[in-house]
Amino acid sequence: MRALGRWLVAGIVLLLGRGRRPARVDRGERIVPPGPPSPGAELVVLALFGATAACALAFIVVYAVESIPHQTQFLGLSLGLAFAFLAAALVVVGNRLVVTEELEEGYPPPAHPSEQESLEQLVAESGDRMTRKRLLLLGGGAAGAALGAALVAPALSLGPAFEIAPFFRTPWRRGVRLVDDRGRPLRADEILEETFYTAYPEGADREQLGAPLVVVRLQPAELHLPAGRDGWAPDGIVAYSKICTHAACAVALYRKPTFPDVEPRPALVCPCHYSTFDPARGGKVLFGPAGRPLPQLPLEVRSGGELRAGGNFSGPVGPSWWGVRNRGAR
Amino acid sequence: MIRGVVRYLDERSGGAPFLRKALRYVFPDHWSFLLGEVALYAFVVLVGTGIYLTLFFDPSTAPTYYHGRYQPLRGLEMTHAYRSVVDISFKVKAGLLIRQTHHWAADVFVVAIVLHLLRIFFTGAFRKPRDLTYYLGLSMLGLALLEGYLGYSLADDLLSGMGLAIGYSVLMSVPIVGANLAELIWGAPFPGTPAFWSRMYVAHVFLFPILIGTLLAAHLALVAARHHTQFRGRRKTERKVVGVPTFPGQAPRSLGLMCAVAAVLFLLGGLVQINPIWLWGPYHVASGTNGAQPDWYLGWLIGALRLVPSFDVTIGHYTLVPNPFWGGALFPTVVFGFLFAFPWLERRFTGDHAFHNLLDRPRDAPWRTAIGAAAFTWVALIFLAGSADRVFVTFFVSYGWQIWFYRVAIWVVPALVLVLTRRVCVELLGSERVARERKLAEEEARRAAELEPVA
Amino acid sequence: MRRLLAVAVLALAVPGAAAAQQGNTILFANGKSLFAANCLTCHGIDGRGVSGRGPRLTTVGALGADFYLRTGYMPLASPRDQPTRRHSLFSPRKIDSLVAYVASLGKGPAVPKPHPERGSLPVGLRLFTESCAGCHQVVAEGGYVTGARVPPLHDATPVQIAEAVRLGPYLMPRFPKTQISDGELDSIIAYVVHSKHPDDPGGWAIGHIGPVPEGLVAWLLAGAALVGACAVIGRRIES
Repeated sequence: MRALGRWLVAGIVLLLGRGRRPARVDRGERIVPPGPPSPGAELVVLALFGATAACALAFIVVYAVESIPHQTQFLGLSLGLAFAFLAAALVVVGNRLVVTEELEEGYPPPAHPSEQESLEQLVAESGDRMTRKRLLLLGGGAAGAALGAALVAPALSLGPAFEIAPFFRTPWRRGVRLVDDRGRPLRADEILEETFYTAYPEGADREQLGAPLVVVRLQPAELHLPAGRDGWAPDGIVAYSKICTHAACAVALYRKPTFPDVEPRPALVCPCHYSTFDPARGGKVLFGPAGRPLPQLPLEVRSGGELRAGGNFSGPVGPSWWGVRNRGAR
Repeated sequence: MIRGVVRYLDERSGGAPFLRKALRYVFPDHWSFLLGEVALYAFVVLVGTGIYLTLFFDPSTAPTYYHGRYQPLRGLEMTHAYRSVVDISFKVKAGLLIRQTHHWAADVFVVAIVLHLLRIFFTGAFRKPRDLTYYLGLSMLGLALLEGYLGYSLADDLLSGMGLAIGYSVLMSVPIVGANLAELIWGAPFPGTPAFWSRMYVAHVFLFPILIGTLLAAHLALVAARHHTQFRGRRKTERKVVGVPTFPGQAPRSLGLMCAVAAVLFLLGGLVQINPIWLWGPYHVASGTNGAQPDWYLGWLIGALRLVPSFDVTIGHYTLVPNPFWGGALFPTVVFGFLFAFPWLERRFTGDHAFHNLLDRPRDAPWRTAIGAAAFTWVALIFLAGSADRVFVTFFVSYGWQIWFYRVAIWVVPALVLVLTRRVCVELLGSERVARERKLAEEEARRAAELEPVA
Repeated sequence: MRRLLAVAVLALAVPGAAAAQQGNTILFANGKSLFAANCLTCHGIDGRGVSGRGPRLTTVGALGADFYLRTGYMPLASPRDQPTRRHSLFSPRKIDSLVAYVASLGKGPAVPKPHPERGSLPVGLRLFTESCAGCHQVVAEGGYVTGARVPPLHDATPVQIAEAVRLGPYLMPRFPKTQISDGELDSIIAYVVHSKHPDDPGGWAIGHIGPVPEGLVAWLLAGAALVGACAVIGRRIES
């Protein structure tokens, strides 16, 4: 009990008593000017240090005790507050416990003309032994450039940089079956109006721009496909690439009118920049920034009723590039 | 004890004189001079939390199935990369805190750089001899934007996957070389080869941080070598800098600011959810969601992409300029080009080739302030246009009308801002001049009255 | 004798059936008069539709009427307006009457009885992402489709979700059972219900739509706080 009492008194004396400045060796002129003490501020700083420590410990406790719910919130709160208290303590130290001097200093000289000159001189004099300086420099430059080019050349292995053909390729060929995301073939009589279906080529990798399709059925009378696409839409079923020709997002929206008298016509819309394509008019752009219509895939229905591709797309799939209109999809 | 440490270090490095000079280096004191430091400390938090994340993240696009704690994803196919981020969020203790702090730090890093850039621009701190420092800073801004983009794309969630597709399309749209560059970087047409993820990973975790760190070191070294600028005032001239020395005055305040930045970031990281990738689901080429947006610092680009009307520039079969080029590539090039060219342009048009250690108040340079304000307004309006769809959903303002409004406003409003801002600056200067002259006249009158007191 | 018995039985049975029929008839009659008062101008006599004003209702069945009426989508002030969710003008009893009447106009589907508790969240997420997220956003926060506002689904009940999926109201596609089975629909509904209160282990969710509110927080919370910290630590300009 007595020992506890002694410890308590010692703690109080430590906190409330004035610290004695240690005897200082006289070093002559002061560097840092003196300033008035601020025991109140010292207490505040100590309290803030204490709060910092408490919050940091709380962080460790929350981390260790898994049963505490909302772990992320308490971890963030404790660690954040620990830093906040420490920030406050440091600011009080800066404002009250050390001297904030206002010193003057000269800006460094803007330039050093004599050193600049001697540098110039150094370089010039170093080349005194050479009779064909410019030619040597040219030769050295050429050697360096060639070596640099050689060192950079293997970067071309990163990809087939000069082969543009892959951009035109899609996995669709005549006869390839359309399947849904479970791999089940799509049947023409299952494709109903007023909804949309996502389809993939059977047996091909789905994670490529040329693979996914969006399939909708329209009334044949409403179809006004561009020239040369007769037979591309058996019974009004049309298929388009699901990849927007603007910036390669999936055209994942389908708008269909319940009451065509007053509502806008069916359209495929991209959620990224809202390029809107008309499935009845060969994927023509109705709204939004896309510069090319959505490529259409010809469809055919073989005996058995399954939907198959009737060929490749009407144009290259995905976003445009410099040569995009040079060839068709292949 | 201090004596022992100092002696040890000085004997082994000879660094005592340098340290003494460094510790008494003078910091001009103004709150706006601390904005760059905020960016620096955000970067420190980014590196620290980022290193922690690399200990858990798996940069592999190989497919796998999820069987973890988060129910709605159970059994779904996803890449190892996505799954490792979900595991960091749900399985690793404090993982979500560090992940969120890291992402908030990235957002706040760019906020701080932009605020710092605005301060530098509107006070003319980029003038000789600090134009090189300024170029380093602009380079860091560009790198920070790319670095953030790569970082949040590594998670392979639905939102960032859509963003990668858009980035690919913008690159493809660059005339002549776009497709070739895209093939080099991705290794194949989108989504590219598995090596692409390794490339993103090493760029984000190593190459870009080293680059930014090196530029940062050079930037700080130049600031110290040329000394910090200051506002005009008593005793503060082009020749003399007045301020607080590093030690003991500035150090606790700077450290305090560092702790404050860490505090804000960790508080956000724990209390405000950011990028909940488990809600978005994994990315697939055929998947899309409405309301997908890039992180805020790329919002100016989505605005530009949405505002450009529908056209590819073609001549017959030859596609010269695909649509995304204007908003995605040319627009940011113009903005950065303007920022890089500005010191030279200002020198050329004002004929002022002198050194400047003193800062202008914005009003002291009416043309610069007006042009800067107009340029900022241009970018800001395009940035706002990028969120027009969410404005529509929340406030029912027609999307089509907004797009048309912005297409006109981004040209008209900056012109108005230019004229108005210049006017305001000129008027403010005018009124100061009037006040100064009146004070002088009153002084004169007072002195005259003292010499010849009215009888 | 037998004939007398038959007549007696009939005489007893008919009032019961008649009473039930009378109940239905009252419902029906109310529905018919409500329809005449509120719907006829646009949807026409017997729900045949009026060109330029309202589509025909002969095939929508109880499902269609129930959806549009309970959500308050109908009645619509002008045919060109987008229907929006609001507190219905009609009491639930009146809606029942109208639904019964519209159902009687033709052969349409009945009000569905979904079982979301039988659904699976992962299946729901997959299907919702494939068929719905493009318009409704992956956590059903709503969005934009060219020409219309796609509503968030916070207020949608399981029955209304089932109805909307089968009906395709306004510009929404209509998904039949061959495309989304009843079991799959249960999973989608389970997912939508879950999305109303998703898991937010990260803290304040700021709207579940990602970077736009995140950017606002970065500027207005963090940016303001840090500029404030700079103002406290640094000094102001002396004029």
